[in-house]
Amino acid sequence: MSKPKVGLFIPCYVDQFYPQVAIASLELLEKLGCEVTYPMNQTCCGQPTANSGYEHLNTSVNDLFVDNFASFEYIVCPSGSCTLHVKEHMHAEGKPNESLHVRENSYELVEFITDVLGVSEISVVFPHKVGYHASCHGLRGLRLGSGSERNIAQFNKPEQLLKTIEGLELVDLDMKDECCGFGGTFAVAEEALSVKMGKDRITDHIKHEAEVITGYDMSCLMHMEGIINRDGLPIKVKHIAEILNGAGL
Amino acid sequence: MSHSQKAAEFVQNEAKTNWHNETLWWVRNKRDISTQKIPEWEELRSLGSAVKENVMTNLADYLEEFEKNATANGIHVHWAADGQEHNRIVQSILEQHNAKKVVKSKSILTEECGLNHHLEDIGIEVVDTDLGERIVQFAKQPPSHIVLPAIHMKKEEISELFHKHLQTEEGNNDPQYLTEAARQHLREKFLNADVAITGVNFGIAETGGFVVCTNEGNADMGVHLAPVHIASMGIEKLIPRFEDLGIFTRLLARSATGQPITNYTSHFHRPESGKEIHVVLVDNGRTAQLGREKFRNSLKCIRCGACMNTCPIYRRSGGYSYNSTVPGPIGSILSPGFDLKKNKSLPFASTLCGSCSDVCPVKINIHEQLYEWRQVIVSEGLDASPKKFAMKVASKVLGSSKLYFSLGKMARKSLSTLPNKMIYNNLNAWGKQRDLPKPPKESFKEWYKKNRS
Ligand code: SF4
Repeated sequence: MSKPKVGLFIPCYVDQFYPQVAIASLELLEKLGCEVTYPMNQTCCGQPTANSGYEHLNTSVNDLFVDNFASFEYIVCPSGSCTLHVKEHMHAEGKPNESLHVRENSYELVEFITDVLGVSEISVVFPHKVGYHASCHGLRGLRLGSGSERNIAQFNKPEQLLKTIEGLELVDLDMKDECCGFGGTFAVAEEALSVKMGKDRITDHIKHEAEVITGYDMSCLMHMEGIINRDGLPIKVKHIAEILNGAGL
Repeated sequence: MSHSQKAAEFVQNEAKTNWHNETLWWVRNKRDISTQKIPEWEELRSLGSAVKENVMTNLADYLEEFEKNATANGIHVHWAADGQEHNRIVQSILEQHNAKKVVKSKSILTEECGLNHHLEDIGIEVVDTDLGERIVQFAKQPPSHIVLPAIHMKKEEISELFHKHLQTEEGNNDPQYLTEAARQHLREKFLNADVAITGVNFGIAETGGFVVCTNEGNADMGVHLAPVHIASMGIEKLIPRFEDLGIFTRLLARSATGQPITNYTSHFHRPESGKEIHVVLVDNGRTAQLGREKFRNSLKCIRCGACMNTCPIYRRSGGYSYNSTVPGPIGSILSPGFDLKKNKSLPFASTLCGSCSDVCPVKINIHEQLYEWRQVIVSEGLDASPKKFAMKVASKVLGSSKLYFSLGKMARKSLSTLPNKMIYNNLNAWGKQRDLPKPPKESFKEWYKKNRS
């Protein structure tokens, strides 16, 4: 069987501020047997502008994205939010087929591992108490889990992988899928509320003695990390790709 | 004031914010427990949504069918293009009967039309008979939630209000005692009312009848005692057939409070002999919303309030932060249709978390409509100019790999070399209560170039 050909899409803020998350994603996909390429001219998916009401300014961002990724069998991204934006809104003028291909073959990293690669176990060790943050766009947009609102059979793809990690203990939370208040420009436009939401989320994790909060969206983790560092709180954040790739605490 | 300013004020009282958050989450939880008892819950939601889809597609026909059947039953049907016309119609009915005292059960529509003020201005006594609405009426406030109008008030505050208006003992906060006082007070109002006004939860085109759901039986008390019943009904409240009703009564109470059904589900088909029923059908912006393709299915709303209870923003900012009759997620997609300029901050009062769309019993894609309203607000030129400028710059930078690469490098460098004072200044909303990430020496792009290509 030939190797799945993956174009690695790294969100702009991950590229700039969290290269270790991108490196972990790359190495993890390679370990799992993929042929991974990072197209060098990529920038961003255009979500920050679109969610602020400026989707109409995204013409060149979209063109660039489709040009960079249309040739790959799969487009994989370590962010639920950016993936959702691509799947729902990516459209380059005059390139309907390429755009469609990009939308239909974009995957968030975890769902790519569980659904496309069919991997159900990750053999690394992480001997820590972990709180799992279900970021909203991945949860309710990409349906990475069943969510507490709907009355359907329960499932949770990221948790299912985390549970197979040796030594890793997932803590129960009071509110298992509450928003952390990041929300892109919401984080600055509604600063007071955003921070209050973030604090509430962190408090829930600390209350249940998690040593680290993990999740598939670094943006939510960056927001919570900002509060944790400012207030000197006894907890850390770590992207799920790092844990799945065997990083320590 | 924008939503963000009002929300910032609200969260300043952290204890009360926590209490508000927890109270509404408790209601959301009750909703979860009761919906999980019904295996076909998701199917019911789809059915409810589909029935309403049909209604929205054929609204004119169903309205005419409703009018025909209601009229044949002896109900007087009136049409109001807007809130003012609605108020004038109600006024003229009151005048015909020389009515001076009105009891009114819960109706968000009459709030929307400003009916109380209108009637009070012409010397009519209007008493809201829903306990929560009576409380906010005493406080001279609008409801802060469509199902739980006084949810923002603690029992101590209610005790104070009742002491002032109903002469209850000062400092007696016992809910049982306070409720009993309200009950005695309202009983007297029911007995002396000339006209009873109610809202309508469901109008049934096939029968010309309508249904009013309450937990306190106050609609029934009013209607059965007064000689005239006026029902104010938004034109979107129709369902086609009597047999569709069960879908909605099952969805409504579970979504609203976690009850299997409201305590009272009262059906009105024709007036008792010697009495009158009037139905006022109100448009007030609804046909305009129906004409907006991306927003039309907001009219499916059955006003259960579940989207408010689940909303992490609403729970922590309170109903008044929205400054509109219907607060919370559904209000944020309805209100811009009434007045885009006044309500332009509402679609941004969301992280687009999507919880509202998943609890909604009629599957309104609320968070997607919030996204769409944002596009409309910007294209109408209503967004503040500093943000407009920032967005233009962002789209330029992100649209060019060269600019992105060099500017990203510069930004990381300045973040690691600039003194904290310059990074965390007053203009930096991110940094007010949060640290920025520590910039790494190299971006992933730089790392990849070195190590992989
Ligand atoms: S939008 Fe849906 S959840 Fe919100 S009040 Fe209306 S019916 Fe209920």
